[in-house]
Amino acid sequence: MVPLTDFLLDASLRDDFPLLAQDVHPGQPLVFLDNAASSQRPRQVIDAIVHCYEHDYANVHRGIHVLSERSTDAYELARRKTQAFLAAEHAHEVIFTAGTTAGINTVARSWGDANVHAGDELLLTPMEHHSNLVPWFQLAERTGAVIRHMPMSDDGVLQLDRLDEVLTERTKLVAFTAVSNTLGTINPVEALCRRARAVGAVSLVDAAQSAPHLTTNVQQMGCDFLVFSGHKLCGPSGVGVLYGRETLLETMPPFLGGGSMINRVYDDRFTPADLPAKFEAGTPPIAGAIGLGAALDYLTAIGLERIAAHEHTLVERAWSGLSQIAGIRLLGPAPGGSDDPCRAGLVSFVLDRPHAHDIAQLLDRRGIAVRAGHHCTQPLHDRMGIAASTRASFYLYNTPAEVDLLIAALGEVRERFRPTGRRRRGRIDA
Amino acid sequence: MPSEEEIYQEHILDHYEDPFHNGPLLDATHAHHDKNPLCGDVVRIALKLDPAGKIEDCAFEGDGCVISQASASMLLEALCGKTVDEVKAFTAEDMLKLYGPRLTPNRQKCCLLSWRVIQQAVYSPVER
Repeated sequence: MVPLTDFLLDASLRDDFPLLAQDVHPGQPLVFLDNAASSQRPRQVIDAIVHCYEHDYANVHRGIHVLSERSTDAYELARRKTQAFLAAEHAHEVIFTAGTTAGINTVARSWGDANVHAGDELLLTPMEHHSNLVPWFQLAERTGAVIRHMPMSDDGVLQLDRLDEVLTERTKLVAFTAVSNTLGTINPVEALCRRARAVGAVSLVDAAQSAPHLTTNVQQMGCDFLVFSGHKLCGPSGVGVLYGRETLLETMPPFLGGGSMINRVYDDRFTPADLPAKFEAGTPPIAGAIGLGAALDYLTAIGLERIAAHEHTLVERAWSGLSQIAGIRLLGPAPGGSDDPCRAGLVSFVLDRPHAHDIAQLLDRRGIAVRAGHHCTQPLHDRMGIAASTRASFYLYNTPAEVDLLIAALGEVRERFRPTGRRRRGRIDA
Repeated sequence: MPSEEEIYQEHILDHYEDPFHNGPLLDATHAHHDKNPLCGDVVRIALKLDPAGKIEDCAFEGDGCVISQASASMLLEALCGKTVDEVKAFTAEDMLKLYGPRLTPNRQKCCLLSWRVIQQAVYSPVER
């Protein structure tokens, strides 16, 4: 077991990431702290994609020729790698999608339209990304289902002791994020899936923010669906994964129609293909899936547990340094607090002044890339009474020195916008 | 890429800290508000138009980044006392010129928020 704190990966792994070695402004080396939006890729992933296009590329599952067979083998190998990464029972439970959003929409359209009726309840959390809200709002609009939210404490931890208030036999679906992209809260996935199943509800885990950082085991979690994206875990953009339990996927109608997803097409009807092709209409993201497989190999070789411990060390350092800045409000549960280890490797904050976008602009001048805005969690920001926040999110290649640069730069930023009693010049009103 | 000193020039920080007519306008005849969904910047502009269509008084309220709030102050300072026709003739390009520093496209949206709001405000009588 890797200790949660005071553990750091060897900084030499930064050499695997060509993009990191650059000055974004003259004399300002890049400090990339926007990993929760999208991570960077190691040479191993880039090479896998280049190799695919330079040597093996052709469409999959179609051609009776060498290249198509090679591409098909590589594509299906990526599926088995993903199966192993998720500890899924079957490889055909792994559906390649365009990303987390596509995965959630597939479930909402396919499982949702077939199983959700007027008056049924869809249980979400107040910390969901818009991609795990809007598809369910759309499903509710189509079916007359009702949206409910789990209770959450002021510091952003779900209150499981109050779950009975909203989780009932009317609940058809419990959809929640494993890690909040804004608060950094790590949610109790196993407990939530168990409670969902106990009332006969289906569970969907948004693992976009957890799969890059924490070990994922869908059988241990006991989830029905789990979704994540390639681009947040060192893989390519444009590819993601929908995991579904075989028995559920088997009963679900196809969502997108087209090539590959059919068994037989007649003049006016079709029969669908078996899993997983049933949910992979059209030419899939072939190089994307191959690159994703390489990314999973890369992360697995380092070890997700060690990555999580490294990030936890960084976030503790960031939290303690940032909390010393006057006028700052840190969002989400504190690392090392009573709720630990429910803290993931990111920290969002608000300064009394200036606004998040000014902060991001000034940090960028110092080479530091952060996210500023509502991070696609507007309802959460409304609930916290803020319009926007700034987020620094860490990954395996970030260093304590980068955390210190962030802390020092933020102190400077706040000082720069300190009220100084300045007056407008040439004012024309009295 | 404009530098930090360019974007946050002294006169802009002056407007941010000491804005022109910031607050409610009780006898407003026209008002409009809007936000920049990307940033969450909010600006509300209230106008008191006289029968001839001249801005007798005006004020803004808002919340957001330095650029969105300072530009609102600068806009009202420039257009207070002008006519509705002069407001309509005041283009987005004029607004960016008034602000001064060169802005990237994303930050131009912050700067143009108050301009969009006042263009709509002159068509938006306050219900009494």
